[in-house]
Amino acid sequence: MALLDIQDLAVRFQTNDGTVSAVNGVTFKVYEGDTLAIVGESGSGKSQTAFAAIGLLARNGHATGSVKWDGQEILNLPEAKLNKIRSSEIAMIFQDPMTSLNPFMKVSDQMEEVLTLHRGMSRKQARAECVRMLDAVRIPDAAARITMYPHEFSGGMRQRIMIAMSLLCRPRLLIADEPTTALDVTVQAQIMDLLRDIKDEFNTAMILITHDLGIVAGACERTMVMYGGRIMERGPTSEIFASPTHPYTRGLLDAVPRLDRKEDVLPTIPGEPPDMLRGFGGCPFQPRCPLADDLCKTQPPALERISDVRVRACHRSPEEVA
Amino acid sequence: MSQPLLKVEDLQVTFDVRPRGAWPWTPSNQLHAVGGVSFELEKGETLGIVGESGSGKSTVARAIINTVPASGGRVLWKGEDLLQMGKTARRQHRQAAQMVFQDPLAALNPRMKVGEIIAEPLITHAPDTPKAEIKRRVGELMERVGLLPNLINRYPHEFSGGQCQRIGIARALILNPELVICDEPVSALDVSVQAQVINLLSELQRDLGLSLIFIAHDLSVVKHISDNILVMYLGRVMETADADTLIDNPIHPYTRSLVQAVPIPDPEVELHREHPVLEGDLPSPLSPPSGCVFRTRCPVAQASCAGDRPVMQQIAPGHVSYCPITAQERANETA
Repeated sequence: MALLDIQDLAVRFQTNDGTVSAVNGVTFKVYEGDTLAIVGESGSGKSQTAFAAIGLLARNGHATGSVKWDGQEILNLPEAKLNKIRSSEIAMIFQDPMTSLNPFMKVSDQMEEVLTLHRGMSRKQARAECVRMLDAVRIPDAAARITMYPHEFSGGMRQRIMIAMSLLCRPRLLIADEPTTALDVTVQAQIMDLLRDIKDEFNTAMILITHDLGIVAGACERTMVMYGGRIMERGPTSEIFASPTHPYTRGLLDAVPRLDRKEDVLPTIPGEPPDMLRGFGGCPFQPRCPLADDLCKTQPPALERISDVRVRACHRSPEEVA
Repeated sequence: MSQPLLKVEDLQVTFDVRPRGAWPWTPSNQLHAVGGVSFELEKGETLGIVGESGSGKSTVARAIINTVPASGGRVLWKGEDLLQMGKTARRQHRQAAQMVFQDPLAALNPRMKVGEIIAEPLITHAPDTPKAEIKRRVGELMERVGLLPNLINRYPHEFSGGQCQRIGIARALILNPELVICDEPVSALDVSVQAQVINLLSELQRDLGLSLIFIAHDLSVVKHISDNILVMYLGRVMETADADTLIDNPIHPYTRSLVQAVPIPDPEVELHREHPVLEGDLPSPLSPPSGCVFRTRCPVAQASCAGDRPVMQQIAPGHVSYCPITAQERANETA
């Protein structure tokens, strides 16, 4: 059975400028020990999908559809029940570790709180466990540094602390929302390396939300590409990268400059990412798509299954895209 | 031999940092943001500067256009030392060297219309320009950077990030500069828009014969646009070479780690790549390590690295590295 089963998820935000449809008809499953990357640009709905699933939407947001955790419906569950699941089964780490750590609390206090609150440990047990976890994320001299404040650590170290904290209750699913975007490339390599090790060691399933196709290639077995709040395509990472069946995926892969290639002019996707306020009748990618026709303007393509493991949403056939 | 457009020799930038809670009579600490950077830039060439945050790459750029004072060294613009220049001459130079910034929206005044933003440098430096001429120039430039000229009366917030960056580029170009310094021009943009802006910059450079200094932390982007690349770490140059050599045959251990740390968007390649992870963080620039500043994280560091600052090693014409150990290895291999 799937660990996380999301069916037809939609997220709407009421704003002063009108209703924003941030996520539309998103369906996917995450299995035990799975690694799924959700790739997309700003406004693609990748983060809101994750927020909606674990009940972290902003107050003006509303989610519909179905989110099942371990077979049990958790969408729009009351806070108290959600907190149980969020504390012990699903953990999330965010882009900017400084804003997600409390600057007024020592790292030790914030970390021990998790264990005393959710696992009923004594302070002493909790401290020992926290130090062990900081060791596991390779913070040197953890026993001494645990009593320091977040600002005394570098960006990479803070992200390690966040990861350690999220692992304290041994979650079965870790959602990482752009975990390395704020970090330098050498530190990014350290953190990705760490996440890979943790996955192997604790057998934690992972959803990695990112815009960086490079880190997806090295870290995730499956990839889901989103644009304008909809799934464009989903499948094993190796297949998506080797033979994209959606014009957006194709364009995205071509537009990234690569260290191992020499090209004079980068192929580009014309136009700008969509304005989510306006909404669209047809396919969200249609205004920028080289293959768009009249059908694409009026009717959003449905998700269709093209093999056991791959789905796509495009009116044109995979052969036309390739 | 002809004069290079820009020649930087042993540039030093030092900031005074007051320790927290210091007494008024306590002397400030000295932070060496840039310690001895040298390079040359020919007309029409692109120099990429890469390094992690805190490596001093932006400070080098700012010292060249004199928005931060250099504390030593020489910046020669067509043979003239900018640091010794008088006010009038420097004003002239400012027209010739323009800058494009990282956060496109923050770099534009939200209360000015796009037309005014683009025209402002022209009005400042050539106040006698007739109105019609200004309007013509602005319209021409907007078209050149891919903006519809009928957007001239809009405000910056009405544009997306990519379009704002185009406005920033148009503003930098209105004085017909010879050098444009781009400080992380694409790092705030979405992947699909990033490629558009990179292509625009290389196109403009080719058509207008511009020299570019392109500062970024993303090695793949820098490699794509640059002729030569300068790698910086903690305010010092680690290695300089032409772009292909630097990526394919890096000599300095830091460049090697940097190249290996850049992920390649291809699962097949990633699977078979070596991933030695560079441990640790950038040391504090207030108390940099003695000798080679990279030695605390260097995989090949030896006791001798803690001694004197490493001297320049000439690997090949146009290729220099500041690591004596790997340079020696290289010499042994080729011998």
